[in-house]
Amino acid sequence: MRDLRQVNNIHDDDKVIDACAIFGAMDRAGKRFSGESVIKAITNMHDRGNGLGGGFAIYGLYPEHADLYAFHIMFLDKKDKQETEEFLRKHFTVTREEEVPTRPTAAIKNPPLVWRYFLDMPQSLPENLSADDYIVARVMDINTGTNNSFVFSSGKNMAVFKGVGYPEELAGYFRLEEYRGYLWTAHGRFPTNTVAWWGGAHPFSILDWTVIHNGEISSYGINRRFLEQYGYQCTMQTDTEVVAYAVDLLMRQHNLPLEITARVLAAPFWDEIERRPPAEQKLLRALRQVYGSLLLNGPFAVIIAHHGEMIGLTDRIRLRPLTVGEKGDMLYLSSEESAIRLIRPDLDRTWLPMGGEPVIGRLKKEPTPQDTTGGEKVSAGKSV
Amino acid sequence: MTDIRDSVVNIDASGVYYRELNNRLRDVVANGSRKIELRNVYGQRYIGTDLNKPVEIEIFGTPGNDLGAFMNGPRIIVHGNAQDGCGNTMNEGEIIVHGHAGDTVGLSARGGRIFIREDVGYRAGIHMKEYRDKMPVVVIGGTAQDFFGEYMAGGTLVLLGLNLGKGKNHKARFIGTGMHGGVIYIRGNVEEYQLGKEVGVADLEENDRDALRRYVSEFAGYFDLDADNILSHKFMKLFPRWLRPYGRLYAY
Repeated sequence: MRDLRQVNNIHDDDKVIDACAIFGAMDRAGKRFSGESVIKAITNMHDRGNGLGGGFAIYGLYPEHADLYAFHIMFLDKKDKQETEEFLRKHFTVTREEEVPTRPTAAIKNPPLVWRYFLDMPQSLPENLSADDYIVARVMDINTGTNNSFVFSSGKNMAVFKGVGYPEELAGYFRLEEYRGYLWTAHGRFPTNTVAWWGGAHPFSILDWTVIHNGEISSYGINRRFLEQYGYQCTMQTDTEVVAYAVDLLMRQHNLPLEITARVLAAPFWDEIERRPPAEQKLLRALRQVYGSLLLNGPFAVIIAHHGEMIGLTDRIRLRPLTVGEKGDMLYLSSEESAIRLIRPDLDRTWLPMGGEPVIGRLKKEPTPQDTTGGEKVSAGKSV
Repeated sequence: MTDIRDSVVNIDASGVYYRELNNRLRDVVANGSRKIELRNVYGQRYIGTDLNKPVEIEIFGTPGNDLGAFMNGPRIIVHGNAQDGCGNTMNEGEIIVHGHAGDTVGLSARGGRIFIREDVGYRAGIHMKEYRDKMPVVVIGGTAQDFFGEYMAGGTLVLLGLNLGKGKNHKARFIGTGMHGGVIYIRGNVEEYQLGKEVGVADLEENDRDALRRYVSEFAGYFDLDADNILSHKFMKLFPRWLRPYGRLYAY
């Protein structure tokens, strides 16, 4: 067990000021940008984490393979890799596979193997299953299987890079300055109730959904049991995992818009509902009745992302901080304003959203091929 | 040679870790400097702590959390926004923010004054307290988010609502929840349901008006506003209905 004070505080005076750091940056015009600014911003909030977890999600990452599911998989053991690859070949067409490029750094100790696979669907899918359903089921197979393989991300044209270390150390290790995307989220972790391991770092992901989180989900047990009824298996030993599966269930499977989903996760208080107009009351009551078990209780600030959207949301009484910044097409979400200002001093506007009120960044239009290949050429999956 | 007391010490805070920055402030104040300008401040915490002298620190940028924590004497002027915990447990001095501030402004403050030109986040004035001549005052030009004056035990909170549209109410809910000391003055309207169970509402009396005039005049002076115009609107006074709201909760 690492001594947290040694990791966190080189001054040996017992001061611990961590609280997790969350950061998100999105170009709503869909233009891809390098991760350098995002890395700089999350590094500015270094002291909020304690070196026991860091991670990034990047969207618009693999335009050359945009139609394929990009699986990033962590193997705790070499023999797990062989077994899991056999599983992948049995259930998919593996178009391309490679180790995720890394550079050795002193800070990252005993890293597990992380590989990526670009997967095409088999010729015929089992009946009644959409391609996305098929993917979710196979991810659950791998995560709950007997070997120690864990899927970090499984969406198209996006990926999650994460592990144990400070976020800037993970960024260096995974060479993230070499990638480009139109939406980035970044997390610095201070584990509170759960173990610090590579799978427990944020973001948590299923398909192209990712979640980063500051706080605690006190309702984890209830949320998890509800999600298990829909086939989601929690295997990452961290409360945040339920948020990723909850948004996949609500938005993809049940087709609810984001604004409604936010009302499920951070439902208005009952007395607040009573003051709303009758039609809205009816809706809000129905949501609490049907999805009461997906209410997220406890202090949280989360950044949820998937293709085309980035969402910031806090608990109803904002027990964790979230600041928003805007500059033209750029939307920033951050635990602290200073991290945004550092990379964008001339913001048009900054504000603090109300607890439970989602802040939503949406792509103005789907990026065209010109948009996604504009700028530097980055060969998919390969660092150049 | 100019007296060091008259000269301004300029510090470029780019990339300077907060401990190093606060150490440098201790050094220059110990050397007799009384006016300091900090540029390129991006998130360094606790600026103004542990100086114990009536120095003036002007900050250009975004100071980090707990600005002026435990501060005892300095005057801090921020050209930008303040983050969370501004004035945490401060004892004496002033913080003047030409922008907005994050959550828990003035938390547990026991003295000194804080002036925020625009809005504040959640829980401004949480657990402020007072004792004899120590009486913290927080004046906010804009509006506040929920739990304004939560568990307030002393001191004065003034909410001016200067940026509220015509006929618009403050939106904060749970105002004064758990309040058991001090006073809150609000310019602009709030509905009954927005108030905590522990607060009462009253009209201002003569001594309230005197105090309010002093605080608003000082506020208006810092931000170049017309105090008379601000004071000409209706204010409401919130006070704690009980000094020990939970006194009988565990013993009866």
